[in-house]
Amino acid sequence: MDISSVFFAFVTLVAIVSALLVVTCKNPINSALSLVMTFFCLATYYAMLNAPFMAAIQIIVYAGAIMVLIVFTIMLLNIRVDANKKGTHQIALGSVIGIVTLLLTGLYLTRGKVAGPVGNITADVINRVGHTELIGAVMFTEFLLPFEVTSVLLLVAIVGAVILAKRKLS
Amino acid sequence: MNYLIVSAVLFSIGTIGVLTRKNAIVVFMCIELMLNAVNLTFVAFSRHLGNLDGQIFVFFIMTVAAAEAAVGLALFIAFFNNRESIDIDDANLLKW
Repeated sequence: MDISSVFFAFVTLVAIVSALLVVTCKNPINSALSLVMTFFCLATYYAMLNAPFMAAIQIIVYAGAIMVLIVFTIMLLNIRVDANKKGTHQIALGSVIGIVTLLLTGLYLTRGKVAGPVGNITADVINRVGHTELIGAVMFTEFLLPFEVTSVLLLVAIVGAVILAKRKLS
Repeated sequence: MNYLIVSAVLFSIGTIGVLTRKNAIVVFMCIELMLNAVNLTFVAFSRHLGNLDGQIFVFFIMTVAAAEAAVGLALFIAFFNNRESIDIDDANLLKW
């Protein structure tokens, strides 16, 4: 067992334990902090998969921007922890559906075959050219129209968030 | 292959969270967890196939998640102003 698979097992352990904590913690702040830990583990996976740009924007966008927004909302709403308010049959049904999801994905993983457009981007090419350059070259040529549509989506989200949050204050 | 198993486990944990929790913000965080599990699948397949299209998809998913976070949290604040609660059982105006 080499060092990289030991490291992979460690990161997997941390990721799954913190994901379980997101679901089971009573206090939303604890859930949010566990979710940040999961995001860091995913960034580690991206770095191990030769995708350092993805790891960087995972940290900046998810662990930075989105989690700050969520924690700020939790703080603003000042939610009290209410225990023992959930129905047990709902938990049972939800767990059954979750386990069925896991079994279905396991079925696809064992029976499925990987098919798709095969490219020539190997780890060697990424190390030589640089991951950010490769991403940028693809994004601003082949995916230029989706990129522009995404900017319109962000504009709509900004305007919508301002209008929604402002309406009830007056 | 190992990455796909991790991704499947994270997605299932997110599914359980979305279906069992009552706090709307925790449900929202579990949805983010599911989105991240799918992102991990995209990057793993992109690396496996040697094709960068999957990573561009991850970039777009992150953008959509950011937009969703902004609008969703604004919705939670508006809902909290109306009902003094963000329990998803209190969002029952469309129920009959």
